[in-house]
Amino acid sequence: MSDALLSVRNLTIDYIGAETDFRAVDDVSFDVAPGEVFGLAGESGCGKSTIAFAVSRLHGPPALIRKGSEIRLAGRDVLGLDKRALADFRWREVAMVFQSAMNSLNPVLRIEEQFYDVLRTHTGCTRKEARDRTAEMLTLVDIRPERMRDYPHQFSGGMRQRIVIAICMALDPKLVVMDEPTTALDVVVQREILQRIDELRRQRGFSVLFITHDLGLMVQFCDRIGVMLSGRMVEQGPSEAIFRTPRHDYTKRLWASFPSLKGGVLG
Amino acid sequence: MNEPLLRFDTVSKTFGSETGGVRAARSVNFALHSGRALAIVGESGSGKTTCARMAMLEYLPTSGRVLFKGEPTAGRRGRDLATYRQAVQMIFQDPFASLNPAHTIAYHLKRTLRLHRPDIRSADLDAAVFEQLAGVKLDPAIVAPKYPHELSGGQRQRVNIARALAARPQVLVADEPTSMLDVSVRLGVLNLLNEMKAARNLGLLYITHDIATARYVAEDIAVMYSGQIVEWGDCGAVIDNPQHPYTKLLLSAVPDPACRFSDAASRIDPGAVEAVRRIAAKDQSEVVTAGENHFVLAV
Repeated sequence: MSDALLSVRNLTIDYIGAETDFRAVDDVSFDVAPGEVFGLAGESGCGKSTIAFAVSRLHGPPALIRKGSEIRLAGRDVLGLDKRALADFRWREVAMVFQSAMNSLNPVLRIEEQFYDVLRTHTGCTRKEARDRTAEMLTLVDIRPERMRDYPHQFSGGMRQRIVIAICMALDPKLVVMDEPTTALDVVVQREILQRIDELRRQRGFSVLFITHDLGLMVQFCDRIGVMLSGRMVEQGPSEAIFRTPRHDYTKRLWASFPSLKGGVLG
Repeated sequence: MNEPLLRFDTVSKTFGSETGGVRAARSVNFALHSGRALAIVGESGSGKTTCARMAMLEYLPTSGRVLFKGEPTAGRRGRDLATYRQAVQMIFQDPFASLNPAHTIAYHLKRTLRLHRPDIRSADLDAAVFEQLAGVKLDPAIVAPKYPHELSGGQRQRVNIARALAARPQVLVADEPTSMLDVSVRLGVLNLLNEMKAARNLGLLYITHDIATARYVAEDIAVMYSGQIVEWGDCGAVIDNPQHPYTKLLLSAVPDPACRFSDAASRIDPGAVEAVRRIAAKDQSEVVTAGENHFVLAV
């Protein structure tokens, strides 16, 4: 696909060990279209977070991306970016939200200050401009703008996670990588946040690379899903198909591990 | 029904001062019977773990009584307390933190057996350890000499279950026993708890945030919000026919692959969420009967 926003080709990542290397990602290829939500499903150790790190160029030793791997974002070769280009690429092109993102806010800075930090670094804007943008972004995630004067501890976990998402979107990135963004939150709060992101991506047109172990949630939110097992992508397809007609045995077994509200399991 | 194993009688727990403190449990009533599982379902801060800790006598209620086989548990000391601890065992959420990293699995189990099973002679301890491990479907010869870090999360949680069962308890309190495990091993642990419950006629108090697993494990359910049990009764009846606005909200937010976010009908109205939270947080003592074994707080 040439019109893909994110294009991952033959991605192979090893964790280098003293005696043997561990292949965390093995020849994985997928595309994410503009405005699309693509899900990476799988259990811990399957390589899904390693992919997220590689896409945002956050991997470091002992992780080694093997030759022949290719990651392109809007036509740019992500793996070939130099330091300067990388600083520009992060936040502007790709933003990241992690599971513990709500704890990544600086506890001694007001929310306003943390927005200003990102905005000044990347756009060189003034305080006044930053404040306007902060108000706009907080409103987007259903937080009253006047609360930008508050400190992180004055917000609940769900609100802090929403603030991090708002910071991520302040520079209108093309792709937001979300690695278990709501796993630490209650289901009602989780639903509120993901519903909001779903609306926002329809309005603003960004793509999402969404990572979770919760297949049910993934089908609700994603357009397409790739299922990972020990570093390999064993199945890839539209969410409906992954749910209704899973082909790979592992996908079927994964479904059978989720209890259903109606009794029994989902699979 | 016959005398419950464990009963909470209008139990309240306030942390901090009586007036300005956090009311973690508000007039909580429930009964746990032998051979049955009761799931307490709620979000973080709802008071479910406070209830588990009161059942373990780790916290004393601010008011109300916790009864074991009809006897009050308050003020138990010495041998009385030891008997209670033998009869009511707990399985913790974090399988990585609940085993001592400096000791082998065999040591963990022997310690419980020595404490709670004076009938087993020292010479027979090794055999008893093997028996406990086999009971939770672990290979004793492989697992017994290992240290906790050599086992997976699921294996460790099985060791925790074996350790709890080694005391021959009548009640098992499991606080989020699978939330830190990989999805593919969760059901195995839940199935094990269910088998043990049936085989040993245990009362299982299952504390969880995940209402779908509650249905999988438990016959009875109590939905908690803000320290109150807002709806309770037969697990199937409550989940299939929820009456309280909070229970309805919780059920509508559970991930369901059959309803997509893009489908407007499946969306939750954020304004309505606030309204439900306000209703559910109000003090309410009037109970409405919704079915044969299905009750709900009036709103």
